[in-house]
Amino acid sequence: MPDNTNTTLADLDPGDRAAVIRIGAELEEGERRRLLELGLFPGTVVEAVLDSPLGDPTAYRVRDITVALRREQAQWIEVRHVS
Amino acid sequence: MSADTQPARLPDDRAQGVDAACEACRLCQGPQLWGIDLDEHDYLVALAGSPNVGKSTVFNALTGMRQHTGNWPGKTVARAEGSYIHDESRYRLVDLPGIYTLITPQAEEIIAHDSLVYGRADVTVLVLDASQLERNMSLALQVLEVTSSVVICLNLIDEANRHGVQIDAAELEQFLGVPVIPTAARYGRGLDELRAAVHAVATGARETKPYRYTESRPELDALLDRVTARIESDYPGVPAARWLGLRLLDGNPPLVEAVRQGDLRELQSPDGEGAPKVIRLDGADNGQRGSQLVAWIADQAAAVPDFYIDVVGLLHERASELTAAVSRRERKLDPGATIDRLLTSRWFGFPLMLLMLAVVFWLTIAGANVPSAMLATLLIDSFHPALKGFGATIGLPAWLNGLLFDGVYLSTAWVISVMLPPMAIFFPLFTLLEDLGYLARVAFNLDALFQRVGAHGKQAMSMSMGFGCNAAGVIATRIIDSPRERLIAIITNNFALCNGRWPTQILIASIFIGALAPPALAGIVAASAVVGVALLGIFLTFVTSYVLSTTVLKGEASTFSLELPPYRKPRLLATLYTSLIDRTIFVLWRAIVFAAPAGAAIWLSANVMIGGASIAAHLISMLDPIGVLIGLNGVILLAYVLAIPANEVVIPTVLMLTVLAGGAVGAGAGTGVIFELDSETAIADLLIGTGGWTLLTAINLMLFSLLHNPCSTTIYTIYKETGSAKWTAVATLLPTFLGLATTLLVAQVWYLLT
Repeated sequence: MPDNTNTTLADLDPGDRAAVIRIGAELEEGERRRLLELGLFPGTVVEAVLDSPLGDPTAYRVRDITVALRREQAQWIEVRHVS
Repeated sequence: MSADTQPARLPDDRAQGVDAACEACRLCQGPQLWGIDLDEHDYLVALAGSPNVGKSTVFNALTGMRQHTGNWPGKTVARAEGSYIHDESRYRLVDLPGIYTLITPQAEEIIAHDSLVYGRADVTVLVLDASQLERNMSLALQVLEVTSSVVICLNLIDEANRHGVQIDAAELEQFLGVPVIPTAARYGRGLDELRAAVHAVATGARETKPYRYTESRPELDALLDRVTARIESDYPGVPAARWLGLRLLDGNPPLVEAVRQGDLRELQSPDGEGAPKVIRLDGADNGQRGSQLVAWIADQAAAVPDFYIDVVGLLHERASELTAAVSRRERKLDPGATIDRLLTSRWFGFPLMLLMLAVVFWLTIAGANVPSAMLATLLIDSFHPALKGFGATIGLPAWLNGLLFDGVYLSTAWVISVMLPPMAIFFPLFTLLEDLGYLARVAFNLDALFQRVGAHGKQAMSMSMGFGCNAAGVIATRIIDSPRERLIAIITNNFALCNGRWPTQILIASIFIGALAPPALAGIVAASAVVGVALLGIFLTFVTSYVLSTTVLKGEASTFSLELPPYRKPRLLATLYTSLIDRTIFVLWRAIVFAAPAGAAIWLSANVMIGGASIAAHLISMLDPIGVLIGLNGVILLAYVLAIPANEVVIPTVLMLTVLAGGAVGAGAGTGVIFELDSETAIADLLIGTGGWTLLTAINLMLFSLLHNPCSTTIYTIYKETGSAKWTAVATLLPTFLGLATTLLVAQVWYLLT
């Protein structure tokens, strides 16, 4: 289970902005690569924009694209709130 | 020879192919990858870009009517090719499928990837979306790493301006070192400049100095130089050596394996048959050199931990900086965000989705009535008797005349007249929703449900397509990357009630179910029954997906990332054109190929007599006990066997067989001639009076129409897409078995209660 003391992408509500700190090593290599390639790597500022009607997945604004991620991936991406 | 020092080639050496010495290494045959004949052209131009950047608009604007659609060698992916003349040079333009990245291309990006990396076009025109420049910029930087003959087409500049973004193309050109031409292809703006820039690069009049993002970090550049030099000395003439080095350094798994084996890439031969063509790195030493190279590179990479993150991070950093440097942005309110909040909201998301689906169906069914009737009048009422008359005139024996025109022709004509109009309406509507970006929101909304059953949210998109046509739905599953999740989507697609089955549902529901209610409510009750069957199909999609993903197709869910593209005004004519060519004609053709022989079978079964009764009559009496057991009858079962090419001909076949089996006088159009009756009352009289149908027959027929084998077009498509007889059999038998079990259960309960 993810460490609850840290904020992760999955904790963001629509409208929240956060900077990526770390992409968890728990994610398998292919998944990590796919996320990195979307532009999600340490330092990137991400904004949660939409929750789907059933709560999962959530859409994030990463650079100039909007991409939906499931909680099962988002929970391994550690972030820090920014205003 | 590295990618940026490609010598100018004469057109002839492409036409002549490769000589014997080259045969061994197979590295110089770039253009052969394209499977196109370059005889009559001076330059090959590849048109590349991400999906939704207006690439096809640029293609159409450049080539006008001089284009045609073919297939990629060995693939079923359509390929558009065209040509144009500029300054007396003849250009061949190939439209590559959309691609987001060269680094880890997904299945649908492989063709574009291979063509860009190994294809050696004279010029690559890279179309970028000016309104999403940052994300497009990272693709641009990757492409510049692979080839230097690039012209950047900064398209949708009008849209960017509308969103308050100004881009300095001249400054970008300075940075990138290749021509950057701003265009608004939709309005024909900037195309002359684009042609001129392509010409200048192709002829060498304009020298390019592509910006290499990897050079911006000296230690990375030095490492890459070393690796590139080694690759070039190991494999002289290898395309895009620097790019290969970069990918080997970051340990790209398929590529590392390929080099270790000595094969760069396997390609199907152009006709899709025969042995796959392999681009071999070295034929002689069984990949020994490749293994050594991989080991050496791994050593080099060990000095830089997290090489991959570094490189990709650098790529994004540079893309970000470049974009910021050349664009001035004023904040404007994005109406798309508001629309998104509504379309995906907790309260309105699902109702709006159902409403959209209902509107599409209403337009399809209501809109198809008139053209279907017109086609039927023409092909069935006029041509059919005329053809039969003609057959008699030229002295065809009666049996041959019947077989050809009552059997083969009539069945084919029937399929065309009932299938073509709804498809010609549904597919463009669907493509419109797709281009608009709405289908991605549907997948977003429904993903939670698909996630729970171990499937992919994009299955929502192939399922929606299945409501139009299951064969097209099966093809639509290509957007799902993971083979496991894609198979689930393919096998369950048949549970989406297709266009071909709606008319049967509506007819039977009106006659039998609607009649149960007072006349004022009959319409609503019948419609609810049909919707109920469709919802049952959706429910079974989830149940079956769950069962499959926890048993035979067990496995980890793949990474889910679904892009929600910005809303974009669709191009109506282009949508109409592509959906008609790619989808409608494609599916119709497959249906016709199966309808013709089935027509012969239907006619023969009714006309070939054995021991005083037709084959059909024998089969009906054989099937009748099973039919009664499951609340149907022998006529219906035989009709489903004979009408396998298309669900659309089930009812006409049922009517014909009912007359045949019941000996109704005055009804029908002759032995073995399928027909439809004008009024529902007449059909009801025939089915109830002659056929002995009850409410149970009607309910079970509606269930069986949802739950039976896919039509032969779909089965064939499943086979083509999976390449597996086993999975094709599963996809065929599973719904059939479910249908038999369900109808059996309903019938037995019914018999108990009545």
